[in-house]
Amino acid sequence: MQSNVTSQSARTLFEKIWDQHVVLRRTTGPQLVYVDRVFLHEGSFHAFSDLRRRGLKVRRRNQVTGFADHYVPTRTRRVEDAPNERVAEVLRQFSENVRSTGIRAFEIDDRNQGIVHVVGPELGISQPGMTIVCNDSHTSTHGAMGAIAFGIGQSEMTQALATQTVWLAKPRLMRINVHGSRAEGVHAKDVALAIIARLGSAGAVGHAIEYAGSLIEKMSIEERLTLCNMSIELGGHSGIVAPDDTTLDYLSGKAFAPQGADWDSAVSYWRTLVGDAEARFDLEVSIDGSLIAPMVTWGTSPDAAVPIDGCIPDPDKLTGAARSSAIDALNYMGLTPGTPMTEIKVDRVFIGSCTNSRIEDLRAAAAIARGRTARVPTVVVPGSEAVRRQAEEEGLDRVFRAAGFEWRHAGCSMCVAINGDFVPAGERCASTSNRNFVGRQGLHSRTHLMSPSMAAAAAVTGRLSDVRRALAFGPKG
Amino acid sequence: MEPFRPVTAIAVPIKGVNVDTDQILPARFLKFDRSAGYGRFLFHDLRFDDAGNERPEFILNDERFRSAEILVAGENFGCGSSREGAAYALHDFGIRAVIAPSFGDIFYNNCLRNGLLPATVPAQYATELRDTLLRLPDPRLTVDLEALTITDSSGAASPFTLGSFWRDCLLRGVDEIGLALRHTEEIEAFERERSRRLPWLS
Repeated sequence: MQSNVTSQSARTLFEKIWDQHVVLRRTTGPQLVYVDRVFLHEGSFHAFSDLRRRGLKVRRRNQVTGFADHYVPTRTRRVEDAPNERVAEVLRQFSENVRSTGIRAFEIDDRNQGIVHVVGPELGISQPGMTIVCNDSHTSTHGAMGAIAFGIGQSEMTQALATQTVWLAKPRLMRINVHGSRAEGVHAKDVALAIIARLGSAGAVGHAIEYAGSLIEKMSIEERLTLCNMSIELGGHSGIVAPDDTTLDYLSGKAFAPQGADWDSAVSYWRTLVGDAEARFDLEVSIDGSLIAPMVTWGTSPDAAVPIDGCIPDPDKLTGAARSSAIDALNYMGLTPGTPMTEIKVDRVFIGSCTNSRIEDLRAAAAIARGRTARVPTVVVPGSEAVRRQAEEEGLDRVFRAAGFEWRHAGCSMCVAINGDFVPAGERCASTSNRNFVGRQGLHSRTHLMSPSMAAAAAVTGRLSDVRRALAFGPKG
Repeated sequence: MEPFRPVTAIAVPIKGVNVDTDQILPARFLKFDRSAGYGRFLFHDLRFDDAGNERPEFILNDERFRSAEILVAGENFGCGSSREGAAYALHDFGIRAVIAPSFGDIFYNNCLRNGLLPATVPAQYATELRDTLLRLPDPRLTVDLEALTITDSSGAASPFTLGSFWRDCLLRGVDEIGLALRHTEEIEAFERERSRRLPWLS
């Protein structure tokens, strides 16, 4: 079924995986694409209702996994502690839906419960060469494992559950090369925000992104997960990093990774997953990573980001829609053009979300929090219960608690703000999440996106702060 | 799904670029079942104040645009969250077509799955069209999917794009899930080959 033209010419990594998954090749428009892994969460209840209405069954339940993350309370592990009866009902519905269909799921009280985009890689469920779909736009995260991973809606989920396929037109291909070495205090989140600030929130619309270059190659898997996570904030269909030794080392021994002879076969296959040198991209961008500074957003779109030592931009230097959008954003954020970012006081801090809640993130935050005291309410929400346990083994929870940070259970929490955790109206939050949209963290909430160490710096100073100047933050135990 | 027929209706211009799905449907409404309809949630926090009263400054509360069935927006409309609730809200409010220079990928797919036409037009045209609609006492457009045209009240027609697969699906009211189910044999053959090739994946 595979066309000779495609298989013989140079192909990108994306194309190699794509070609392995096309069930029905059509000359134009969407192809019928096979999905290896289907991930769902409590919000997928619409798809289950649709499935029942249509009298359809889950086709390959072994390839489907459920994750309770969006609606779970983070103070306790009890459904009864949901903020209202409807949310409790959504959590119970999730359990009923996965149990009645025989889908393996990490429910609220499971020791491996956590955010789908943290737990999938952490348990080795997400692997190189796979196609992965989930009812969540940040499914792009799993591209860090060398997979084609993308978010889908509820109707597409119905199809994925019933047929293990989706209709998808091949996206255009884009490569973002980041080379050079990162400066002190610059994390994966800063790289992501710097790329988005440069290319814009629509910079990758319709494109599957491949991240490449020496800086990316040197990144840990957790850093790549953060980077690929933010692909959707560029408008990208997906983001991928070619699997390499770092990927294999990460996967080796994980509970759901292939074992024994299967591991060897898998590794042989995964080693072939690299783009051909002559393969062409529709769009290619190169960025000097050594010039990237710690970043922070000022507006209501993730591309409204500047270096922490910068100032609020002046909308009068823009024209047309960009100008009016910037004025609206500044009005909403309650900010004045020209203000240095480090003069902006915050009311609270959120460290968590599928972007930045893994163990390396918590270590980075703890390194700043250690021996200091929070000036504003700060919550730390680990991405999974496994991350929580690991952090406790390392004593990070004690560091956070000693600094006055709240230490919670795993979940999406204050990133999507539908589980009872939210930023009160009018308050300004330094957040490690992925979206600073109007009302995202709660009605009339104001969000500044940044890395975990920058968020911890904001917590102990009460204002947006340059983590490179941590020595000036006060007592250090 | 209902086949898409040409629609002549009020068209409402939505200002700005990168209007995300959190604006179209705030996340706190996602927990509700579809049965009661999502129309009242559309642009909820832009449409209503905290007491639930209409915000007069929001365009859907303008008498001229209240009965809109067509929406005209800027670049990257529907970016952000994958929530299909955004498409439910537009559909249940009565919107039949969304015209914009570009769309968030997932939102675009969600529109198609709900019989909503996402019509892609040049950026300049979208900007001018929004300005024009604001000035007209009776801001009507006709969207013809068969002809792939948008016609204004002066009779001037402009083209829009939509892939032929999706055009056919919308025009014929084809259900894409049913369409995929028709290929069960091919899917089974694919799975057999996959198990042979990559046995650890099964």
